Amino acid sequence: YFYLLTLAYNPLHCLSSFYISASSQNNPESGWEAKAVLFFKEQLKDKEAHTSVPSLNDVPLHYLKPNSLVRFRCLIQDMFDPEFYMGAYETVDPSTKARVLRCGKYKDVTECGVDLNSRNTVTAERQTFYCVPIPGENPWVKEISFSQARVVPSTSYVPSRQKRSYEEDDDMDTQPQKQREPHTGMSCFHTEPHGNGDCKRQETEAPSSQTTSASHLDLNFPLPGEKGPSCLVKVYEDWDSFKLNDTLEVYGILSVSPALSALAEEKDASSSLLDPAECMETAEEQRVHSPPASLVPRLHMIYAKPLPHCNPLLPSAALEDNKKQSNEFLSSTLSEMASVRTELLAYLTHVLLGDALAAEYLILHLISSVYARRDVLPLGKFTLNVSGCPTVASYTERLYQIIQQLVPCSYRLSMSLQNMNQLRLVPKKDYVANRLVSGALQLARNTSLFLDETQLEQGQLDTTGVRNITALGNLISWQKVDYDFNYHQMEFPCNINVLIASEGRSLLPSDCQVHLQPQVAPPQMEEYLSAIHMHPQASSQLNKFRLYLSLARTLDYSISDEVTKAVEDDFVDMRKDDPQSISAEDFHRLLVVARLLSLSLGQTSLSRDSWMRAKHIETLRRSRTEQQQQCVNGNEP
Amino acid sequence: MSSPTSTPGRKRARTDNPSTPSNDAATSPPSQRRRGQDSSTGELPPMPTSPATDMLSPAVPQDTSLFSSPRHSVLPSEVDMSSPLMYGTPSSRVEGTPRSGVRGTPARQRPDLGSVRKAPQVDLHSDLPNDDGAAVSDGQNAGQRLVIWGTDVNVGTCKEKFQRFLQRFIDPNSTEDENAGLDLNEPLYMQKLEEISVVGDPVLNVNCGHVQSFDAELYRQLICYPQEVIPTFDMAVNELFFERFPDSILEHQIQVRPYNALKTRNMRSLNPEDIDQLITISGMVIRTSQLIPEMQEAFFQCQVCAYNTRVEVDRGRIAEPAVCRNCNTTHSLALIHNRSVFSDKQMIKVQESPEDMPAGQTPHTTVVYAHNDLVDKVQPGDRVNITGIYRAVPMRVNPRQSNVKSVYKTHIDAIHFRKTDEKRLHRLDEEAEQKLFTEDRVQTLKELAAKPDVYERLSSALAPSIYEHEDIKKGILLQLFGGTRKDFSQTGRGNFRAEINILLCGDPGTSKSQLLQYVFNLVPRGQYTSGKGSSAVGLTAYVMKDPETRQLVLQTGALVLSDNGICCIDEFDKMSDNTRSVLHEVMEQQTLSIAKAGIICQLNARTSILAAANPVESQWNPKKTTIENIQLPHTLLSRFDLIFLMLDPQDEAYDRRLAHHLVSLYYQSEEQLEEEFLDMTVLKDYIAYARTYINPRLNEEASQALIEAYVDMRKIGSGRGMVSAYPRQLESLIRLAEAHAKVRFSDKVETIDVEEAKRLHREALKQSATDPRTGFVDISILTTGMSATARKRKEEVAQALKKLIQAKGKTPAMKYQQLFDDLRGQSETAITKELFEEALRALADEDYLTVTGKTVRLLA
Repeated sequence: YFYLLTLAYNPLHCLSSFYISASSQNNPESGWEAKAVLFFKEQLKDKEAHTSVPSLNDVPLHYLKPNSLVRFRCLIQDMFDPEFYMGAYETVDPSTKARVLRCGKYKDVTECGVDLNSRNTVTAERQTFYCVPIPGENPWVKEISFSQARVVPSTSYVPSRQKRSYEEDDDMDTQPQKQREPHTGMSCFHTEPHGNGDCKRQETEAPSSQTTSASHLDLNFPLPGEKGPSCLVKVYEDWDSFKLNDTLEVYGILSVSPALSALAEEKDASSSLLDPAECMETAEEQRVHSPPASLVPRLHMIYAKPLPHCNPLLPSAALEDNKKQSNEFLSSTLSEMASVRTELLAYLTHVLLGDALAAEYLILHLISSVYARRDVLPLGKFTLNVSGCPTVASYTERLYQIIQQLVPCSYRLSMSLQNMNQLRLVPKKDYVANRLVSGALQLARNTSLFLDETQLEQGQLDTTGVRNITALGNLISWQKVDYDFNYHQMEFPCNINVLIASEGRSLLPSDCQVHLQPQVAPPQMEEYLSAIHMHPQASSQLNKFRLYLSLARTLDYSISDEVTKAVEDDFVDMRKDDPQSISAEDFHRLLVVARLLSLSLGQTSLSRDSWMRAKHIETLRRSRTEQQQQCVNGNEP
Repeated sequence: MSSPTSTPGRKRARTDNPSTPSNDAATSPPSQRRRGQDSSTGELPPMPTSPATDMLSPAVPQDTSLFSSPRHSVLPSEVDMSSPLMYGTPSSRVEGTPRSGVRGTPARQRPDLGSVRKAPQVDLHSDLPNDDGAAVSDGQNAGQRLVIWGTDVNVGTCKEKFQRFLQRFIDPNSTEDENAGLDLNEPLYMQKLEEISVVGDPVLNVNCGHVQSFDAELYRQLICYPQEVIPTFDMAVNELFFERFPDSILEHQIQVRPYNALKTRNMRSLNPEDIDQLITISGMVIRTSQLIPEMQEAFFQCQVCAYNTRVEVDRGRIAEPAVCRNCNTTHSLALIHNRSVFSDKQMIKVQESPEDMPAGQTPHTTVVYAHNDLVDKVQPGDRVNITGIYRAVPMRVNPRQSNVKSVYKTHIDAIHFRKTDEKRLHRLDEEAEQKLFTEDRVQTLKELAAKPDVYERLSSALAPSIYEHEDIKKGILLQLFGGTRKDFSQTGRGNFRAEINILLCGDPGTSKSQLLQYVFNLVPRGQYTSGKGSSAVGLTAYVMKDPETRQLVLQTGALVLSDNGICCIDEFDKMSDNTRSVLHEVMEQQTLSIAKAGIICQLNARTSILAAANPVESQWNPKKTTIENIQLPHTLLSRFDLIFLMLDPQDEAYDRRLAHHLVSLYYQSEEQLEEEFLDMTVLKDYIAYARTYINPRLNEEASQALIEAYVDMRKIGSGRGMVSAYPRQLESLIRLAEAHAKVRFSDKVETIDVEEAKRLHREALKQSATDPRTGFVDISILTTGMSATARKRKEEVAQALKKLIQAKGKTPAMKYQQLFDDLRGQSETAITKELFEEALRALADEDYLTVTGKTVRLLA
């Protein structure tokens, strides 16, 4: 275990030992990297190890030791151009003329005395991703993952806290020990005024310092008001397998060498004048592509784990790596699912003003996910339009707060006229700075997008507004966002759960509309609503709900031949009675509802009961919608 | 200042040490070999980008940081100025007229090839002593085996080979439009040289594909060592040219510009091995910089004796002569800025073209430098093929530290641009598309085409998730292929439309939108708009002020963008009349005329339109005609070749199949999905291939069949006094028949094509032009908006009304309602209010009466 800690502490040393052993066999191409990566993976396999690696999401950057192993839970926001670097190079000691062959991998800056004309220089290629923390990640996720991680590494970064201040300066620790020594005194001096040892206070301070400096440097978060570090992740292998908007947990070597920042270089005006290579890029581009390392650290990826979800309660690693364990886990939770569902239904019914049908549909919506695409048609999406939301006591806001407590990632988009006309929803390529400027629709998979249409007032949409509405419409109907590349558009498929809260029928398309029938009389509404939030849910209860929702989404689903037959017959019969009663579209919806209903009960194949139940709730819902329409039509003249 | 020594030091090392194993150097990967040389740039202080004022002052001697120290004054003089080795340097410039011949024509620097000095330093003719900087391989037969240092290129042989290539290369099958007007059976490049002598544009574009087919070894050398080989080519070409045309006068010596190096086609596949090699990539220009003047030759004047000297820039650096050669004063030379020679340079950013990109990734960009006359050749938005040399330069963290940021900056020095979309003017499809198909692929496609049921196969591969609607899919398939483009502009008729327009109408929820989305995703140049969300300008073009340049620019809309593609318009009925009227021109003339904000122009919009419309009453009313159901102007409707109704057929067998289809959609295994995906790529290629290569023409029988079909169509109606076909329908038939021939990969339109066209057309007519009152197919529903029976009925009512009014005698005014009631009472058939109003209007048109409010007045 101690070995592991040192590994996390000085991974470069470990890597170079791999390299040296390979090159001593006179065979630098012997796949040492693969071995090294495998070694790291092995080491990180068990749970303990994985949490002992500090996470950039939890630990402020200034606590972390440069060149140490860190992890980062993130979303790939942009992909930069591949870059060529010195994969191997030779250094010459100026005094002894001794030549040493060194490896340039997992590092940003070479060591002193590089012989640029050396024959042994190997050029290699790597790719840079701009990664941001997962947008819309709810506070409870952060808290839980923080508490999980906190257990071990508190020791691992206590020493560094005493040694380093966050105004870390330029030492490139090629020889960490020696260089650190003289700094120690200095750092202590720096940290003193901030209250030594009280990390709480330092933590609160760190973000503020980040935001002030971030104000002149846009960190390009998809959602407004997001915090957290963004990272330039250098990928050495297999970068084609990553896609934009993938969520990953990256394990890599942290590099914060101040030499990397372009801003520092700008101060030195003469130097940039001298070097023609630097003039290739515009100032904006430089600012974006080489921001100060203190703000946007570089992370040299050793390996990355794709995150199918970001719920810390559901062990993702266990699901994949260990079949037996995961099976046990699954069966234990599956049996519980039905009971959890009942509880959740009761809770949501309460939240939805006593409307059980709406609560049922809300559950279905929360576990929906696009599981396949047939040519252009996304299958499995279930956009819900809850109409008839009361406008008193900011009900929609409260509803969103509840949802926020349940799902790992969510975002509430208030569809006010101003927002629609001003917000940037669709990411756009900025060719001057050569980056993809993010928009609110650049979200990770399975993020809940809460569209609050009750905020919409009368007025005129301008061009941006129309474009934004179109983008939302496309998102709902096809689950794709057309990113704006100025000369052309590019389509990125997405998987976002859209929930629309509106007074009447939404102006946006939706798969399913439920009209809310509050069981609470309007005068008591205010009181009732304030009570919703007062009711304290035990956190264990909430955790159960969270786990339930995430798990239900990952389950497999099938329909047996027998049930298929029955379902088909059912359709034909219904059409026979009244062709108008059910169209192909209705049948589509019914199939989705049946699927989600089965999954919500923890059943992985469709049973007759579920089918009947799905039909039943659909009928209820439709009659309610028709009633509502008649009501509206009756009132109109 | 340790760095400046490195260049001469290395050079000396080269001369002092001729034993550098050149074989070794030649075999080592070029990327590594050249790395050393190029990377030295990073270490050298480059030339000042703008002259500091103090440089011109006598204070220069103190300023040693920018220019090299005195001991390097020997540098530029190693080669005798008058020696033939100085070929290609400006020092060999001979001033005065007339200039002709190799010597007389000034050479022009080629900054695109990097250092120009390199060639003379290492260039060796076999008859020259080999003691000045070239490495000798074995030394035994030195004359024959001399190569340029670091490569395996022998200048003499290379030159000879290239001259032979120029003199002999013939490409009888050439289809490139550059070669238009040349005799294909004569040596191609000799004709081009002749062209140069006439036109006086001293640039020779050489297709690398030709070089490869002529001499693979030469091609390999060209790709691997462009920096050395291209100057050799230049030399060869100039010798040849001035031998042939000794009297011609050119602005400067001819430059060879190779293009179409087959090495790389995709920006994504560039890797470190391509450094310093000749590559061709395709992409889209996204940004161009201002013109950057780059110093090529510095002019120094001695402050003491006014002696002039010129120094060339070597790898971005000027070696300042420290000692005046005339008066031997040290540090007396000052740079005279406006007598120095500058060349133009421009930075261009190129982005991967969207077609080349894997899904889910963002496009890559590359920096390209254009030099001299290539500057401003391309504009942002252009799609280009760029041939050039790929370069990598290391970056530095801090000039005062020796730490290097271990990253290289890469760029391409452009040698040749070729716009890919320029060709659209020539009515040829993109060359890039031709390259898309490997022989294997073409073979598979042809095999598929040979199958008898290819038409059915393809139509069922189209949007498999949408159930049935076979004929609609077939119609869309034909639309994807399109007719043959015909040009009658010489006879004054202009272009005939080759694109097929289709309108789908029907109940909501019959997956019309889905079909549209599918088509939009299938074709490379498709656009998808919704009638509700698009305005006339969004469809056509609008003028806006560019925020950067503050100039008015024309932004093109969906119709122009889908030129040569398909424009899918959903919710066609929701479109405002204003917007729809734009379509009239597009759908027949295939152009768009714009006159706004001082910009008057006509844009090409050769686009097929696939539109979907919902009925006005949300549900299709089978008792009404198409026009009445969708309320679209008939002028627009008649421009659609095919109008399909997508209705919900209500029968049990259909329902069962539909249910099965839908359920399987929701539960299908992975392999099946995979299988379909394959189908889509095949379909894409199939369409692209057919559109590019197949141009069917009508054969005799087919023409006869078409004539018959047309006559038949007209006959159907004539019996009942109706016209059921117009020339527009004949044109539609021809287009459909041609498209069907394309599906079969056939160059001739045959009778079966006409049969299918007829069938499909009839099918569509049956659906959309059936008069619900009589049950007959009546084309006039679509062409005049009203069926012939309805028109007849209208006339009858009008006559009856007239009679009624006349019967009433001389009453100048009547009550509207009373008249209506009277007419209703008199007539035996039901008369609706609309019919009555129409009759009134008809009579008003005859100037018989006027209607004002609720009273009807007779006009005397």
